[in-house]
Amino acid sequence: MAGDDLADVLLRLIRRLFGERCRVASISRLSGGASKETLAFDAIEEGGDRRPLILRRMPPHTNAKVGAPEIETEAALITAAMAAGVPSPRVVHVLAPEDELGRGFLMQRIDGETIPRKILRDAAYAGLRPRLARELGGILARLHAIDVAGLPSLQTITAADELAQLREIYLADGQPRPVFELAFRWIAEHAPQEPKPSLVHGDFRHGNFIVDASGVRAVLDWELTHLGDPMRDLGWICTNAWRFGGIDKPVGGFGTLEDLIAGYEAAGGGKVDVARVKFWETFGSLRWGVMCLGMLARYERGGDRSIERAMIGRRASENEIDLLRLLMPRR
Amino acid sequence: MQDRPDPIDLVRTVAQTLREKLMPQLSGSSAFEARVAANALDLVARQLERADASHATEMQRLESLLDRTGTLEDLNRELCARITDGRLAADDPGLKQHLWATTLDKLAVDQPTYAAYLAENNKQ
Repeated sequence: MAGDDLADVLLRLIRRLFGERCRVASISRLSGGASKETLAFDAIEEGGDRRPLILRRMPPHTNAKVGAPEIETEAALITAAMAAGVPSPRVVHVLAPEDELGRGFLMQRIDGETIPRKILRDAAYAGLRPRLARELGGILARLHAIDVAGLPSLQTITAADELAQLREIYLADGQPRPVFELAFRWIAEHAPQEPKPSLVHGDFRHGNFIVDASGVRAVLDWELTHLGDPMRDLGWICTNAWRFGGIDKPVGGFGTLEDLIAGYEAAGGGKVDVARVKFWETFGSLRWGVMCLGMLARYERGGDRSIERAMIGRRASENEIDLLRLLMPRR
Repeated sequence: MQDRPDPIDLVRTVAQTLREKLMPQLSGSSAFEARVAANALDLVARQLERADASHATEMQRLESLLDRTGTLEDLNRELCARITDGRLAADDPGLKQHLWATTLDKLAVDQPTYAAYLAENNKQ
């Protein structure tokens, strides 16, 4: 669908939702993945009132990624998260076939910052940084408490399931990597008892929450949400890849694990087992390292010949040093 | 024998040209693309500069750790097998020394500004 066509179809939808005199302005594509795209635009009402919106959709004739939540499920998750007290954009409309925009949903566009280096370094967030880990802990506790009974069905993924998936990608790459091998073995040997599965966000890290100086405005990206060990989310946000240089502050390069846990427990998340969080932090470094190999495969096998994709293959080794620091510390 | 200019010198000059002459005239995604390209060329220069020496020391360490000879790939495959089946344990001092040295050599090429690398490299 050409850009002009999309603008026309979007205008028709906006007029059905907000009135015949609405206009659409400032359409910009924020991201276009293989199967989903995100567009930002404004709906401007007759009196000049501006509604900042996001359209997240699968264009017509695209197929969903196997195992990922359906796009309508993402909308349901955002709505459930909002009801549970997780900062979230309001979902204003789930696309129907007559909208002619494919599958997806419209949501409020939230202003704020997601760029890690700005959150870590800009003076505007100096007051937020010391509080942020505790606040994110509280958000995770509320997120994990969401009752999944009322939601569309989600995949259950155990540590062993995910380890097997990563192993497959690693073996397909074919290069022997002794440090990853050490991590595979350590993770298999140290996997904690599987807990009763709860909702897991699955990608809770820098880039997927919007902040302003006052705090977290929204949690984004429910594409990897599943049922599993809730401590996976606490471990992932501590994984060194997401510290952006702030290696002595485990939580996102700005906060301490103690603060994250204090926020989690104070919000009713239950007693946190630090060893379990550390297990998932280690798992996170192996996960990101193997994901780099997955992207390298897309470069080498011709799916994406960009330099950026190629260079991500050279970031696997960052995770090797992170894994050594965890599993074989020198001092 | 091949003639000069030296490949490392050439690659560095191309990276510098991208950064200093071309990038200022670009914007948005083209500027980003040029920056990634310059970074990639710098990586190539670092590898051309260091790989022969680091592969030789890696080979020596592997031969003594595994008590056999072979190509780098063979020996790395063998090392992986011994880690996986537990013949080489995580607390083996030779293994630890080898993995650290090899990983630091990789990062020196791949990502010499990575904070964890800088912290560990200062310990040497």
